[in-house]
Amino acid sequence: MSGPPVLGALVEFRQLDLFAAQSSGVHRLDARAKVVVVLAFVVCVMSFGRYAVASLLPYFAFPVLVAIWAQLPFAMLARKVAMVVPIAVLIGLPNPFFDREMVLHVAGLGISGGWISLVSIVLRALLAAAAAIVLVAVTGFPAVCGALERLGMPKALAVQLLFLYRYLTVLGEEALRMTTARELRGGGRKLSIRLYGVLVGRLLMRTWDRAERIYLAMCARGFVGDFNSGPVSRFGWRDLAFVGGCCGAFLLFRVRDVVQVVGNAALGGGR
Amino acid sequence: MSHHLVEASNLTHVYDDGTVALNEVSFRITHGESVAIIGVNGAGKSTLLLHLNGYLHPTRGDIRIGETPLTKETLPAIRRTVGLVFQDPDDQLFMPTVYDDVAFGPRNQGLPETEVERRVQDALERVGVWAVRSKPPYRLSGGEKKRVAIAGVLAMAPDILVMDEPTSGLDPHARRQLIRLLGEFSHTRIFTSHDLDMVLELCPRTIVLMQGAVMADGPTREIFGDAALLERCMLERPLSMQSCPICAARQRQVASTRPRAWREVLPLQARRR
Repeated sequence: MSGPPVLGALVEFRQLDLFAAQSSGVHRLDARAKVVVVLAFVVCVMSFGRYAVASLLPYFAFPVLVAIWAQLPFAMLARKVAMVVPIAVLIGLPNPFFDREMVLHVAGLGISGGWISLVSIVLRALLAAAAAIVLVAVTGFPAVCGALERLGMPKALAVQLLFLYRYLTVLGEEALRMTTARELRGGGRKLSIRLYGVLVGRLLMRTWDRAERIYLAMCARGFVGDFNSGPVSRFGWRDLAFVGGCCGAFLLFRVRDVVQVVGNAALGGGR
Repeated sequence: MSHHLVEASNLTHVYDDGTVALNEVSFRITHGESVAIIGVNGAGKSTLLLHLNGYLHPTRGDIRIGETPLTKETLPAIRRTVGLVFQDPDDQLFMPTVYDDVAFGPRNQGLPETEVERRVQDALERVGVWAVRSKPPYRLSGGEKKRVAIAGVLAMAPDILVMDEPTSGLDPHARRQLIRLLGEFSHTRIFTSHDLDMVLELCPRTIVLMQGAVMADGPTREIFGDAALLERCMLERPLSMQSCPICAARQRQVASTRPRAWREVLPLQARRR
């Protein structure tokens, strides 16, 4: 199907569930362990000062190592992670205009704090997205919601999340169908703002109808607000070790500038 | 067994915009019957089906499943008894894998996981798609999707199967296989369909709806034999009850011209025989 790449990526998103059906060591970990680790990861990454760039880099090891462990295809993950870049850039874009103080000089060129904080925002967005996507790919979204619920999130919220996930692909599919239909009869002309409004309105109605049918079908099979996504796993020693190891590493990266330590060690060894 | 009974009495449904979708519909379907509900688009078939499972509440009249009237309190029990298969399997299949999707109903019933496993395997084997259990539903063919959707309902062990347009969108082979499968079930079955040949094969009894009212309710063959009724309801006789156009043309030719002229009216295939 043709259509804007964003829509394609949205529909493609459910591919992640395919990977969740595999059974590597990391897949077999309790979903709660993985959720806790990813939450700790995000908190650590977000807690750095606004000019942090180099000290964020070691954190990339986490999604990369988990992806290797779970044998996930890198290209597919990278494509999905890259989807957040435009949004992060949009958020950080005002910074270079407001924060013009030079904080760094490279080869005689001054770099303002605004640019560095922009890079920092993009890096954090990439890290958070990578961790979240890897989490879903090794756990499956229904299991992530189940874990959140067992960790104490209100049930209503967990079910909302699941519906959001499900309807996101529904929305993507409907939008893809509509853009294809428009392109086929559009004669290569650009979409006017007026028509754009009409299409978005139609999309909302269609998605609404479909979402209602899906909900009816769920009720037909006894859905009363509980999401039972299969056998519940137990939290074992392996899970505890995973949580301990990962959180320990995140804290280490947080308190010690690992890049500098490694750099010094390398330079010291070279001398 | 009396709980396989479906009874509607004076069922009337008026939508919010004033459209009368069902008008004083009454019928009684007994244990093990296979009944078709037919009618043109907008005749009220889907509205009727949605009442059988309690999604829509009658404006007037009532529905009884077995000895139980359909009310808010009895709804969960009734939804266990009546299994509804939707027209578009894409609306029904939403879990990441076929297995999980079929397990969705039994898990909602609170069954222990070993029983869920048994039900899922039974249901998937019953409809012949056990082999695709770990695939995501959207990677399946139309026929497979339909089967998985049926398995999802069978796994809940309903007494009554209600299916909206079971053969729509299927290729002839998949349709044929599905008809065979549906014919093997011993449930009380209620189908809506525009596939009147399927109706002829599967349903000894037919209810004809038109503008929300029951126009006829009786043996399928009698209904399809009543040309005036079919015309009034804007329906056509199933193809298998119509005479073959080629044979009809041949007979006309035999009556009017010499045999040599057959070649001019018969298509190539028929001529070779």
